[in-house]
Amino acid sequence: MSKYKKHIMVCGGTGCRASESDTIVEKMKKELENRNLDKDVQVVITGCFGLCEKGPIVKMLPDNTIYTEVKPVNVTEIIDEHIIKGRKVKSLLPADSYKGKTDSKNMDSFKKQIRIALKNCGFINPEVIDEYIASNGYEALGKALMEYTPEQTIDIIKKSGLRGRGGGGFPTGLKWEFAAKSKGDQKYVVCNADEGDPGAFMDRSILEGDPHSVLEAMAICGYTMGATEGLIYIRAEYPLAIERLQIAIKQAREYGLLGKNILGSGFDFDIILKLGAGAFVCGEETALIHSMEGLRGEPTIKPPFPAESGYNNMPTNVNNVETFANIPTIINKGAEWFASIGTKKSTGTKVFALAGKINNVGLIEVPMGTTLREVIFEIGGGIQDGKKFKAVQTGGPSGGCLTEKHLDTPIDFDNLIEAGSMMGSGGMIVMDEDDCMVSMAKFYLDFTVEESCGKCAPCRIGNKRLYETLDKITQGKGTEADLDLLRNMSHVIKDTSLCGLGQTSPNPVLSTLDNFWDEYIAHVKDHKCEAGQCKSLLQYNIIAEDCVGCTACARVCPVGCIAGEKKEVHIIDQSICIKCGACMDKCKFNAIELI
Amino acid sequence: MIKLKIDHKFVEVEKGTTIYHAAKKLDIDIPILCYMNLEHLDIENKPGGCRICVVEVEGRRNLAPSCSTKVDEGMVVRTNSMRVINARRTVMEFILSDHPKECLTCSKSGGCDLQDLAQQLGVREIPNEETCEMSTYRLDTSPSIIRNLDKCIMCRRCEMMCNEVQTVGALSAIHRGFEAAVGTAFEMNLEASTCTYCGQCVAVCPTAALTEVDHTPQVIRAIADPKKTVIVQTAPAVRAALGEEFGMEAGTLVTGEMVTALRNLGFDHVFDTDFAADLTIMEEGTELLGRLKKHLAGDKNVKLPMLTSCCPGWVNFFETQFPDMKDIPSTARSPQQMFGPIAKTYFADKLGIKREDMVVVSIMPCLAKKYEAQRDEFKVDGNPDVDFSITTRELAHLIKQANMDIKKLDKSDFDQPMGESSGAGVIFGTTGGVIEAALRTAYEIHTGKNLEKVDFDQLRGMEGIREATVDFDGLDLKIGIAHGLGNARKLLEDIRDGKSHYHAIEIMACPGGCIGGGGQPQHHGDSAILKKRAAALYREDAGKPIRKSHENPAIKELYETFLGEPMSEKAHHLLHTHYFDRKRKRNIGV
Amino acid sequence: MAKVKTLADLRKMKSELRSKIQVRENPENPESIVQIKVGMATSGIASGAKEVYNFFTEELAKRNLSGITIQVGDMGYCYAEPTVEVLVPGKDPIVFGYVDVKKADQIIEKYIKNGELLDGIIPPNYQNINE
Repeated sequence: MSKYKKHIMVCGGTGCRASESDTIVEKMKKELENRNLDKDVQVVITGCFGLCEKGPIVKMLPDNTIYTEVKPVNVTEIIDEHIIKGRKVKSLLPADSYKGKTDSKNMDSFKKQIRIALKNCGFINPEVIDEYIASNGYEALGKALMEYTPEQTIDIIKKSGLRGRGGGGFPTGLKWEFAAKSKGDQKYVVCNADEGDPGAFMDRSILEGDPHSVLEAMAICGYTMGATEGLIYIRAEYPLAIERLQIAIKQAREYGLLGKNILGSGFDFDIILKLGAGAFVCGEETALIHSMEGLRGEPTIKPPFPAESGYNNMPTNVNNVETFANIPTIINKGAEWFASIGTKKSTGTKVFALAGKINNVGLIEVPMGTTLREVIFEIGGGIQDGKKFKAVQTGGPSGGCLTEKHLDTPIDFDNLIEAGSMMGSGGMIVMDEDDCMVSMAKFYLDFTVEESCGKCAPCRIGNKRLYETLDKITQGKGTEADLDLLRNMSHVIKDTSLCGLGQTSPNPVLSTLDNFWDEYIAHVKDHKCEAGQCKSLLQYNIIAEDCVGCTACARVCPVGCIAGEKKEVHIIDQSICIKCGACMDKCKFNAIELI
Repeated sequence: MIKLKIDHKFVEVEKGTTIYHAAKKLDIDIPILCYMNLEHLDIENKPGGCRICVVEVEGRRNLAPSCSTKVDEGMVVRTNSMRVINARRTVMEFILSDHPKECLTCSKSGGCDLQDLAQQLGVREIPNEETCEMSTYRLDTSPSIIRNLDKCIMCRRCEMMCNEVQTVGALSAIHRGFEAAVGTAFEMNLEASTCTYCGQCVAVCPTAALTEVDHTPQVIRAIADPKKTVIVQTAPAVRAALGEEFGMEAGTLVTGEMVTALRNLGFDHVFDTDFAADLTIMEEGTELLGRLKKHLAGDKNVKLPMLTSCCPGWVNFFETQFPDMKDIPSTARSPQQMFGPIAKTYFADKLGIKREDMVVVSIMPCLAKKYEAQRDEFKVDGNPDVDFSITTRELAHLIKQANMDIKKLDKSDFDQPMGESSGAGVIFGTTGGVIEAALRTAYEIHTGKNLEKVDFDQLRGMEGIREATVDFDGLDLKIGIAHGLGNARKLLEDIRDGKSHYHAIEIMACPGGCIGGGGQPQHHGDSAILKKRAAALYREDAGKPIRKSHENPAIKELYETFLGEPMSEKAHHLLHTHYFDRKRKRNIGV
Repeated sequence: MAKVKTLADLRKMKSELRSKIQVRENPENPESIVQIKVGMATSGIASGAKEVYNFFTEELAKRNLSGITIQVGDMGYCYAEPTVEVLVPGKDPIVFGYVDVKKADQIIEKYIKNGELLDGIIPPNYQNINE
């Protein structure tokens, strides 16, 4: 039934297009026509391969050979050698393919991503439990219940080296052990699905694409610590995830995979949903627990930790969605297998939500230790519109920005902290040369001010003052003294705040001060915003030699700040100008510039 | 025991002690703001919110709040490193940057925890003050309490008092982030909430976010008006606390000095609420005996236990929270509201003046009294029985305004006839006192015998709920006592569930009774102060020649010449009241 | 639905379910069918995945093609939503991005019927773990 015998796939991503992939496609089609092969071989433009640094990329089907850095001059060679003679063009093969693996399925450089937490996302129907079972679902729970003691199960998690994916990076096995050792008449397993970082949607995707993996993991956790009740705290703004979880819980109960005497083991476990109103601070576990209890969502001082006294003052283990999603695979494939992925201290993979000025906005999962460069340029497809990379914000409002100099740092929990940022839940917002870093810090502070619970003074008031000082700077009213003030306020807020929110909220300020000091100085000293984002710092200026004195600008100015006689050069009174830009739009002689 | 080092000195404390208390042992006073220890209630307010008490703990990444961080073996703590001092100062600058700077006219000035601490921390300016936005809220005025949330610093003390101690639930944290403050649900008026005006929130507020409604200007104008005859009555608990406002030791009795001060202020007649307390005993005691008699005779329609009704905060509490039980409390009015009508009838007749020309002022340890005085059932043609009720604190301000110092005044006696009182009337001011006073009279009336020992020691003390059995000549009278509305709730729930075995229960809304009232000088969490005030009242009682209400000659004369018998029709009209179901009347009104 | 009472039951169930899928995916088998997976997480639905899903379901029937449409979660290519993965028996799965009704029609006519690829295919860039 197939019309074509072979296909040539040419990358049509922005990066490759910029290096003439369009020309390659045209030439391919023409050369095939010339050789009367256009009925047998189809040339297809594909989406981005992600590997933009090595573009343009050409992939041959059906044998999956990948050619990198292909130029229009290589087209005839590819057709003559590969298509006609069936021989690979060695000079165009990517470096690591010489090991004999030349198809893209086996080429490591093409597969930067490994999917563990996302293994079923996009593959199975999340609303059909059979599909989950067919993909080995509930096998891990069965194994744990039948073949391992709770201690052995905890041991597997400990040995796997899994660390909390919600941001803190606390070793999951240890956390389970504390909860297991705590005494209480009733214990609880809580899944933290209160994803709140701006631009982060990993947890939502997992719950929408593979809800059973979380249910299964919670049951396993319940078994290890002696809990019979699980609660999923999920924000009410995730209706689809809630719906799919409800369906999944119902189906699991019908199959007896939740409820009494699971798989004949004598272990009882059931799960209910608790909806949150979407307060960012409720991602903090003590605040989350209070919210579940119907109290005001605000943190309390630890200790006591939830493992000793959590929900209803009983021992409670709280893990994030992504952490749970890793559990079944760890049980099934073993601790050693999991620990072999990633780095020594940060094992396994991490899901990131790529956003901002990056071509391939989306969800990725990479082994720990992958570099930022790989994520941005080999998976993310590079920066939009070929602009220059400036920074990437990891860890959301609690994190910091990483710059050019961090591009080759392997991403893991400890390296990111050392670089002045943090893993956070996995949001990655990429910024280019048009992004002003003062404004970026201000954006995050705006978020924190909104989301602070208001319990402790430094977070409630300090963050507001940070925001106001940043705002002053972006308006061109800042002074060098304000920079010292920013630093001191930031340190004190970090040092004195009650919970993780306030202890990390000044990070965007501190890391931009560290990495982009010159930009701050330019704002307060020269009153310039290089990125051109701070509107108040821009000036509309009339170019004397181009102005003919038509008075059009003066007539349109809403605040009457343009003066000048007819047929004479006009002048803008900068102290009155509100920077609306009306004059520039009106000027027919391009005599008004923005500097 | 845990050994640790604080500011280079070793100290050994029990496991579970906080750094703050361990430091105290070394005489190191770490500054605190939101923290408050209410030992007498066995409750600590330590939300860890103000972050003023932070200290440096070696090995910890961040500073630790000393009020809520427990000591560990070998801990090394610095309470005054420059890192700590800078942090404290900066946090104080943050707090002040969102606090109105109107100390000159603020009612709390001079007694404000925040002001004192700002001075101690040496804050002299607010960085970038001109760009600092302030969180603002609408002002809410009720008959007793003014809420000015602009001055709220989120210490949460009021919230703890309102919810945990009093179980009233009118105040809790509202809004989030910068706008967060402690307020009523949906920001309704306090008047529409479940508030009882007990004033315990005001008593612990470190700033002027919660204050009493100030009635001193009205009192000044009334005294200044030559057409008015201004009568003043002073509640028992006032004399045991007023001295504190003048730097005197807690528990110093200043009865005589207070009378002199009031007379100097220009009150035409200085009377004692204790007189009315004796009157209350006559009415309430008679009511109790009546109910008891019927009950013992097997009358099923009689409700027991009978509850006391002299505390307006408590009356508000059962009217809003337990309206189904509003027929259980005694119908006797509170002493303040017995004093009013007697003054405006009996005494006005004596003076030969019209009701409208008499102004009755009460000095109370209480905020709910302000509300009580305004209740419609205590007015005649719109003219209230008690015109103004001012607190102990307001009286102190008034005395200071008149350039007097209690310490330097001579003692003098109350005027007659309504200044005469028994020791029973005096102990009304402390928990257990009302019921003790009632028993002294009820015993003699019921048994017809002379009560040898008037001190009922088993009724005294500071336990939140106490009980005692009193031998009424063969009848075991079971007495319950509760102070603090949370404790009252427990007894009420028992009654509702049919589990209560008491014949009579005394309830006071404020912990400690009136001596711990919301209108008293602030105790700043020092429970010893309350005990000293209580002891002072018992001392005054012991020193009185007459210690039983029914032996008060002025009371006898009042009945003989004016009222007739206790519970007579006239007494009913002037001295008794009825209660309302306020559960449904309260609604969300902004 | 019957309860899964033991681990052995669960494993038996799994192997039955798997063999059903293998039958579906084996081109030699007369029961083999085309599987169309539509990414229907919030982001997919927000970009129009429901319409695409309905279109495939209705059109496969109308055009007498044996195939099933399956809703799945997020495939990760959020920049190219709605995304659709088409699995023709015996072939590697192909992911199409920016799928609207017009493109869905082309997928059926050109790719499913004729094996002809369309511009805008999204190359897979991750390894899946085998369990």
